[in-house]
Amino acid sequence: MEKIDVVIIGGGVVGCMTARFLSRYKLNILLIDKEADVGSSTSAANSAIVHAGYDPLPGTLKAEMNVKGNQMWDVLSGELGFEYDRSGDYVVAVGKEELPILDELLEQGRRNGVPGMHIIPADEMRAREPEINPAVSGALWAPTGGICDPFMATIAAAENAVENGVTVMLNTRFLDFRIENGRVTGVQTSRGFFACRWVVNSAGLYSDEVMHLAGVRPEFQITPRRGEYVVLDRASIQVNNVLFPVPTAKGKGILVTATTHGNTIVGPNSVCAAHKKDEEVTQEGLAEIWEGARKLFPHLQPSSTIAMFAGLRATGNAPSPNPQVSYGHDFVIEAAEKPRGFINLGGIESPGFTAAPAIAQRVVELMQDQGEKLEEKTGWNPIRAPRPHFRKLPLDEQKKLIHTDPRYGRVVCRCEMVTEGEIVAEIHAPIPALTYDAIKRRTWLGTGRCLGSFDMPRVVEILARETGLPPEQITKRGPGSEFLYRRTKELEVLHDQE
Amino acid sequence: MEEKMKILCITCPKGCSLEVTRDGQTVVEVKGGCKRGHEYAQREMTDPRRMVATTVKVKNGVHPLLPVYTSEPFPKARIPALMATLREINIDAPIEMGSIIAENILDSGVNIIASRNMNAGV
Amino acid sequence: MIKSKYDVVIIGAGPGGLAAAIAAKQQGAQDVLIIERDLELGGILQQCIHNGFGLETFKEDLPGPSYAQHFINDALALNVETLLDTMVLDITPQRRIYASGARSGFLEIDARAIVLAMGCRERTRAQIRIPGMRPSGVFTAGTAQRWVNVEGYMPGKRYVVLGSGDIGMIMARRLTLEGAQVEGVLEVMPFLTGLTRNYVQCLMDFDIPLHLSHTVKRVIGRGRVESIESVQVDEKWNPIAGSEKIIPCDTLLLSVGLIPENELSKKAGVLIDPITGGPFVDDRFETNVPGIFAAGNVVHVYDLVDWVSEAGRQAGDSAARFALIERRKETRHVPVKPGPNVRYIVPQTIDRESLATGNVRMQLRVRQPIESPVWVEIRGNDNLITRKGELYARPGEIITLEIPMKAYDEVQLVDELVIDVVKR
Repeated sequence: MEKIDVVIIGGGVVGCMTARFLSRYKLNILLIDKEADVGSSTSAANSAIVHAGYDPLPGTLKAEMNVKGNQMWDVLSGELGFEYDRSGDYVVAVGKEELPILDELLEQGRRNGVPGMHIIPADEMRAREPEINPAVSGALWAPTGGICDPFMATIAAAENAVENGVTVMLNTRFLDFRIENGRVTGVQTSRGFFACRWVVNSAGLYSDEVMHLAGVRPEFQITPRRGEYVVLDRASIQVNNVLFPVPTAKGKGILVTATTHGNTIVGPNSVCAAHKKDEEVTQEGLAEIWEGARKLFPHLQPSSTIAMFAGLRATGNAPSPNPQVSYGHDFVIEAAEKPRGFINLGGIESPGFTAAPAIAQRVVELMQDQGEKLEEKTGWNPIRAPRPHFRKLPLDEQKKLIHTDPRYGRVVCRCEMVTEGEIVAEIHAPIPALTYDAIKRRTWLGTGRCLGSFDMPRVVEILARETGLPPEQITKRGPGSEFLYRRTKELEVLHDQE
Repeated sequence: MEEKMKILCITCPKGCSLEVTRDGQTVVEVKGGCKRGHEYAQREMTDPRRMVATTVKVKNGVHPLLPVYTSEPFPKARIPALMATLREINIDAPIEMGSIIAENILDSGVNIIASRNMNAGV
Repeated sequence: MIKSKYDVVIIGAGPGGLAAAIAAKQQGAQDVLIIERDLELGGILQQCIHNGFGLETFKEDLPGPSYAQHFINDALALNVETLLDTMVLDITPQRRIYASGARSGFLEIDARAIVLAMGCRERTRAQIRIPGMRPSGVFTAGTAQRWVNVEGYMPGKRYVVLGSGDIGMIMARRLTLEGAQVEGVLEVMPFLTGLTRNYVQCLMDFDIPLHLSHTVKRVIGRGRVESIESVQVDEKWNPIAGSEKIIPCDTLLLSVGLIPENELSKKAGVLIDPITGGPFVDDRFETNVPGIFAAGNVVHVYDLVDWVSEAGRQAGDSAARFALIERRKETRHVPVKPGPNVRYIVPQTIDRESLATGNVRMQLRVRQPIESPVWVEIRGNDNLITRKGELYARPGEIITLEIPMKAYDEVQLVDELVIDVVKR
């Protein structure tokens, strides 16, 4: 491999956006991630919201990055070809006693520079969302809020980076730094040592461990907070908007929101996670979510559940860099004093997804501030063309697609109408989708009512065929999550592996 | 020395409870169920048997496995041996439903029958 | 070669669809087509390799594939056409079917009658809301059955089965026979939900424990299932604290019920009974949409395949009768086409038989004004059938004329009628 200029540790939305923004310059960039796909952790399990920016405390990095990032999504979604809808969002007050909180949020939003917000009366809210709790007393309307496909936003950024020369190495674990004369000179990984001049820490939940290995901020700690969610069946409920309850000391509360995939999702709660892999949905968590959801929609029924998931927030303990603000959970976005060549990103919890492009832009600026002469590439292509989704096409285009490639005629997932052509295209994409979950996040297969019972054997077969691997080695999300164990008639494998 | 015991009949979907009185291997009396049930109880006490439906490997078939079944109930105690024997079979497609895949398997007097047609694949 | 129009199109080649196709043929339907998404006929029976099928229909204890094979043989002998590896994407209330397949391409097919025979699907983990992690290794019993019996792969080595329905118990036996370890079957109800004889020959015979009033509280494992936590429940299904037990396993099989598969039915405007999950049907298995019938597990989940076949037979029979009436209507009707100076005519078609009981009134508008006397002519196969004089013709004024009863015989012989307005 040629000499590497920048190694990015962690391929979540922040790492992938950073790779994409840096790919504009004449730099040799390597992005590594320990999982089998980019965006597998926090970026794969969140509320899928582009926040307007009225929630963070004014003066914090969170507030600044939120509002800046928010403005970048229209252009990004156009360039990178993923679903994004600046639908606006609401904070819904139920009962008179909650109304004053809307005024506080409005004021906070104005101080953060959020445009266009105003308070709408209860009647108006009921008209816009007819199923909402009749006890609604008013709502704060933020027209710049929106919804986004968080999977494809991350993947598309990574793909565009790859198309512009970035190398992505998956199933690759960061182990340690090499630091010489006060400067980062390389990283040790599970796939060997890579010499480099710059390292970006975008390791999310593990950002604390990474910075500690560089000797930076030994007091910084990620205390992951788990958020559980429920996805509802499209056929049973259709919420049209992004609806938050009024926030409490615990956070933004259980929201009920439309998604770009057409499902309604409900969540998250916020509980202290046992560890950094504690993506567990609990009985207590589900009860809490339903209680929260019914505050906004009293008629919602648990029986409309189509899927459940839990994600972890990378909650940090960094004080705000703004001396005028007393806040203990701000983002860390900095170029370390020592060692040089270390861009440190940490504690990127909500609104981290919204802020990601602004953070990526800030990384570019931080490198320049440190004296890096960034020279633009000729021929940098900001456009990543989306691949066709059969179900979204009009009849005529479906016909054309099948005519060019008959595999688009074979429906593999009947609930979500995903075809073999789409699956094969993802397997051979710039970031190859080589696990079931990777294909699921890109095509939305297996997310319907049958939850993959029908498509799973077929997807395993297609993955095996396209990769040349035996079906027993096809996984849900990387090594250790295989689907099949042995051939029915070959008992001996049982003994071999035991 | 007579002893009474309860068994569940598997002859039909009703699943009647049968009360069997036996003296050693000899069934003295069966209460409950129907005539077929009584025959079942008789055999269950002396020579328990089961229908076995499983698969054998196929070469060049549209599928890698051919479903097969026993032509009549097979001695229960020897089912593991039967499975081991069938695991070794690797038959060529095409095959027609009803073909005998193995005759008088393990000297049981029972044949192994193909459950379906299996065309040759590519 | 697939035709553009069929008497009866059946969606799904399981026991219901096959029986419907056979019955439709026997009732006199000429063109009968089955559309099947799988690569072969037979539906789910092909993976149900166990015995116990056909006691009603064949007075014989058959394995699932044999039961299916009998129907497949009959259908093919009757020249039922089949379209395999093809998924129906949409159905309109006018009975137009849109389908696609890798080999069949994109298809638009009109049906005089349709039989919906899509069967049912399995309930999933989310529908019974089992909390925990989301590792690989939580499968529905049917998915595992396909792997083990058809594709030839074992999805795990140590299993726990949730649900004491027949599929769950039969899979427990099947896996044991193939050398796997089944740690137990959990059932949330205080009683067995499958047949007693399956309890005897699938669980007791292999010493597989059955835990009634038990369910899965959590799924544990990140990559692959590592264990499940079971819990005992009271009569209201509330977990009993302190009864939790960790059962190490790598696979959790779910056999927790079946739901009729009606996504397509809804697209066609078929109304669904919220209790059965299947269409409302009449005694001929016709849905609320005329000419769309439904049969088998798509209507409600049966416990014997023989009843599915019987329902399919009735639906196929009714569909054929409906299609034959449609055919007669089509041949009885004759289209009425506008000539060069006619913009449109109402009605656009007439029933030839209407002339047996009275004149048929036609109304039309011209394209261009003619400010001199005109003939309004009706021709059939170029012969003048009737005409009427008018002093002028203007697009703003509807022209009315009648086809007289006495034209009955002539109209029987024409393929179409043409009306035009010409200068006298």
